[in-house]
Amino acid sequence: MNPQPSKIASPPPAADGSRVPYGVFTSQAVYDLEQERIFRGPTWSFLGLEAEIKAAGDFKSTFIGDTPVVMTRTEEGRLAAWVNRCAHRGAMVCRQLRGNASSHSCVYHQWRYNLEGDLYGVPFLRGLNGQAGMPADFDRKANGLRKLRVESYAGLVFATFSDTVEPLTDYIGPVMGGYIDRIFHKPVEYLGCTRQFSNSNWKLYLENVKDPYHASLLHLFHTTFNIFRVGMKAHCVTDERHGMHSIIMAIKQDQGETSAAYKDQKIRSFDSGFTLEDESILALVPEYEVLATNHIQPIFPQLVIQQIHNTLVARQLLPKGPNAFELVFHFFGYEDDDAEMRKLRIKQANLVGPAGYISMEDTEATELVQQGVVRDGRLTSIIDMAKDAPEQSDTLITEKLIRSFWAGYAKLMDVDLQTLVEA
Amino acid sequence: MDMALRQTLLALQDEYISTLDTDALELWPEMFVDDCLYEIIPKENEDLGLPAPVIYCDSKAMLRDRVVSLRNANIFQPVVYRHFFSGLSFQVGGDGCIEMWSSYLVINTSQLGQSTVYQTGRYHDVVVQAEGRWRFRSKRVIYDTSRIQTALAIPI
Repeated sequence: MNPQPSKIASPPPAADGSRVPYGVFTSQAVYDLEQERIFRGPTWSFLGLEAEIKAAGDFKSTFIGDTPVVMTRTEEGRLAAWVNRCAHRGAMVCRQLRGNASSHSCVYHQWRYNLEGDLYGVPFLRGLNGQAGMPADFDRKANGLRKLRVESYAGLVFATFSDTVEPLTDYIGPVMGGYIDRIFHKPVEYLGCTRQFSNSNWKLYLENVKDPYHASLLHLFHTTFNIFRVGMKAHCVTDERHGMHSIIMAIKQDQGETSAAYKDQKIRSFDSGFTLEDESILALVPEYEVLATNHIQPIFPQLVIQQIHNTLVARQLLPKGPNAFELVFHFFGYEDDDAEMRKLRIKQANLVGPAGYISMEDTEATELVQQGVVRDGRLTSIIDMAKDAPEQSDTLITEKLIRSFWAGYAKLMDVDLQTLVEA
Repeated sequence: MDMALRQTLLALQDEYISTLDTDALELWPEMFVDDCLYEIIPKENEDLGLPAPVIYCDSKAMLRDRVVSLRNANIFQPVVYRHFFSGLSFQVGGDGCIEMWSSYLVINTSQLGQSTVYQTGRYHDVVVQAEGRWRFRSKRVIYDTSRIQTALAIPI
């Protein structure tokens, strides 16, 4: 019988991100530290689309990490966000998912706040009929809701607890900003959201959206239906600042080049005999300068921008304890879509989300990891693909985006992960 | 109330549920007309008049594609659904179609033997007589359980 090794011989994750102890996916201590150092630390978390709160007073309840927050639009049309917790006794103030209100009051004792989060109403502030109320020195101005810094980039709303993190545009950086501009180059319209819950750690999902290697191996839709993907040019890069944002693009080549590449490489390994009766689901109406079938762009920690064919989604990733996360898929189109284009976007929703032809396997896979590593927090995964070619960015067979993520994660957490998971 | 018609509609829903619960997926598209609509959409969007769906098929061909994909391409934990439905109401439309509504509950049982409420919601159907039997012209599955657990492979 082989004894389980109690120590690993690999370098710690901070070095190059290629060895990550599984305990980071299961440990409550790691999770609690993440809430402080990541979600309440120097990061900007995605809350939603400006298109969801167009009118003054429109609001949406959401989360930064696992802290409930509300984003809203003020009377002056500005964006505001605050922690959804009454300053008085801690009750959630806003109890609806979304709506419109000119103020928010806590049902418990009816403390009332304006849209900016300032406290202005306290019942019996001065007591009643000569009986005492709040102390005379109680300062409403100093007892509002916990306000957050809010900024938007191209219609995407972000907030942060941090007073020190750089402005949002710098946090995103020019490289990632350019890719966001590609999708958000004109006004968008919110088309609704779908929600998916997974019994696995939120970072497993981030690994997944930084992992082009799994795409053709886990998701067999294209190969099963003999949809040629040869000649697709890949593009995998990270942001220049901390390496935790990234993009994977699969770029369509012109037809001649594609078939030549196909002939040369004989990539199609089997002919299953299956064909799609309705291929419109894989239509690709050109909308951007670079014709890509897939644009998958995580902006750490809570956003993944997605263009798959003509379906457009801003996915919000929300941790729900060490062993669970929720995904909220915010579907959108452009304000100037015609009816046909809008219909195509809705039809191609079949490709993505919990029932998506090329996505339903993802949460299955992350849950398999969560189940597999349950008792082996000190062991590590192997994240080596294309490690010897760090300059290579035109391949899908790479795990460099994941390595870059873990290196940035260790830095942000400012802790030796091996020590933490062994504690 | 037309009790005979009610019996017919109950039998149609029973057949639909039986088709899914016995994994007879290949027969599922045959319960629809060619030019059909099958949609699964959260109540959250339906109530706001927003269109984002989980599944949206606007032809029987798309339903057949879904079945072929589930059988041959997609990877998911074996699903054991048990559907329950209640509260049927209906009205006869102008062109001989019938519009009907009912509540449904789906219990899913995992490989480890745990049964959980997977989804509840409401069917909104339009059925017509075509090629000698009642078929769905439209079946809209409007679900309350907005958080879909893990994945939704098999139709509801």
